[in-house]
Amino acid sequence: MNATRTVISTTDLTKTYGMGDASVVALDHVSLEVQSGELVAIMGPSGSGKSTLMNILGCLSTPTSGEYCLDGQDVSGLNKVELAGIRNTKIGYIFQSYNLLARTSALRNVILPLVYDRSHKHTREEWEQLAKDMLERVGLGDRMDHQPQELSGGQQQRVAIARALITDPVMIIADEPTGNLDSHSGEEIMKLLLKLHDQGATIVIVTHDPVVAQYTQRVIHLKDGHIDSVVHNSQRHPLAD
Amino acid sequence: MAISIRWYITVNAIHWRIKKGTMNIAEVMRISWEAVGKNKVRSLLTMLGIIIGVAAVIIMIAVSNGTASAIASQITSLGSNLIFITPNFTRNGPATAAQTGTGLVFTDAAAIQQSVPNVAGVSVEQGTTETVKAGAVSLSSISILGTLPDFPTVRSMTVATGAFFAASDQNNKTKVAVLGPELAQQLFGTADPVGQTVQVGNFYLDVIGVFAPKGTVGSVDYDARLYLPLATVLQYYTPSRFARFLGQRVQTIYVTVANPKLMSDTIDQITLLLDQRHGVSAATPDFTITTQQNIISTQESTTAAFRSLLAWVAGISLIVGGIGIMNIMLVSVTERTREIGLRQSVGATPNDIRWQFLSEALLLSIIGGLIGILVGVGGSWLFGAVGTMKTVVAPSSIFLAFFSAAAVGAFFGFYPANQAALLDPIDALRHE
Repeated sequence: MNATRTVISTTDLTKTYGMGDASVVALDHVSLEVQSGELVAIMGPSGSGKSTLMNILGCLSTPTSGEYCLDGQDVSGLNKVELAGIRNTKIGYIFQSYNLLARTSALRNVILPLVYDRSHKHTREEWEQLAKDMLERVGLGDRMDHQPQELSGGQQQRVAIARALITDPVMIIADEPTGNLDSHSGEEIMKLLLKLHDQGATIVIVTHDPVVAQYTQRVIHLKDGHIDSVVHNSQRHPLAD
Repeated sequence: MAISIRWYITVNAIHWRIKKGTMNIAEVMRISWEAVGKNKVRSLLTMLGIIIGVAAVIIMIAVSNGTASAIASQITSLGSNLIFITPNFTRNGPATAAQTGTGLVFTDAAAIQQSVPNVAGVSVEQGTTETVKAGAVSLSSISILGTLPDFPTVRSMTVATGAFFAASDQNNKTKVAVLGPELAQQLFGTADPVGQTVQVGNFYLDVIGVFAPKGTVGSVDYDARLYLPLATVLQYYTPSRFARFLGQRVQTIYVTVANPKLMSDTIDQITLLLDQRHGVSAATPDFTITTQQNIISTQESTTAAFRSLLAWVAGISLIVGGIGIMNIMLVSVTERTREIGLRQSVGATPNDIRWQFLSEALLLSIIGGLIGILVGVGGSWLFGAVGTMKTVVAPSSIFLAFFSAAAVGAFFGFYPANQAALLDPIDALRHE
């Protein structure tokens, strides 16, 4: 990784739900930047607005006001179809509950985002090879034909990570990636994310788990819809070094 | 109007998306195929309505087609270009004040033969019923038909054994009879009836021939009748009291036309001749002229009404099948809300989701339609082979049923597909 560039840049990001007196401000003038190759955690108690921020950063919803530039492109005013395109090409998701398609092989699960790729970067013939590469990268080269119900929680989350990587996104958003896992499997997943980080991936982890946050370089604390504090980790988790 | 505009826009949007190659059509079909295949029992139950609907359309049309073609072929086999003349009243004795004319008499037939051009043959029929006995067998209420020697020619009937009676039998009022094959079998079993004697009413008749099988046309069973010389019937079975003055009354005169193109002209001439002979005005005739064509078109309009009724019934069962598909698709959308959220999060647009569910509904109804065609064609064949019903599967009914099924799938699949497409990705992902 040579020159870093700004992947996320938000200015006065605000999201309100409802109208008039009944309106609730979920996000209140949040401005932040994330550079490429960074590993960042967003923390905060429930109701702090971290889910709202994650949804906007993940292009699943749009801000009421303010600007959001993703990879140099202003995405705050895009319509549903355009947002779907951004999600497909620029963002990889990792969910707490993995969200794999049931009764579908690991390989087909990893291929899923390519199905919706409008740029046709890869031909259908290349899909399978690409998915195999991704599964090997997350250490599941020998489980490609297994269906989710035949895999452990940790393995399922690895499939989800391979799925997030397949479109070569500019950033990965992980929503409580270890939330459903025991501590050992959770540690394995964090090790994998660290490895991807070392390979240059930009990763934003949304969590309430301080142990998980310890792996990251920077922790953004949210409270009542605004940034409460930003902590640069001087004392990172031993595995992170 | 608003709907058609909206439909136009949708169709164009779909067309545009296909052209742009947004999402691989093959991939959409693969996803749908997988979704249908993953729930085989449910898919089959969903398709059941469509299967029954399509099969019903095909079988019902095949049955009514078979009936129609059986009727048509029987009527044509009786002799083509036929004109039937029947009297408007058949009372014995002189006409009352309300009745004008003499009614149809035997000599009318000869007059038509002599003076109307374009007439190939004339046959007269006089029917009655009598008890028929042969040996120990006694059959009551058997139809007796008195007719002329050219009856087999006019009505395209073949004598299987023996011969039909000749002009001399007619002139001499000979007591002879020709049997329908069914009647012959009932009276004499396997023995040859020719040369034997039957007792018809109070008189003994010699059997001189047996017809080849002809079957039933309309309500008339041609094989269960007894054929006698007309003069014999008039003399012994239906004597009219004033025959000496008015002529022998008859029930039907058949005329075959030489050139069918001049049919209406021939009818006009016969009408004029009979009006004149009976002394009636054209406004109050004492006879009715019907053609073979009239009978066929009456039959056709009856079967057409029957057919459209069946089409409605089958159409309703298709709609019920469509509602079944819509029901299951709505359940499926609810069940797979998280999957929809996931697909949206990895880049599926509302149209991609809409397509996925619409194609699933289409696939269900198309597979249902294909199975329905198999069941329908097989069922029609079975009906024809096992029952007495004749069935003719119309290729057009297969297309009609299949495309109706597809249209039903598209129509009833659209609402659930739209519900899926309009889901908010965040809500969908959070759905439990």
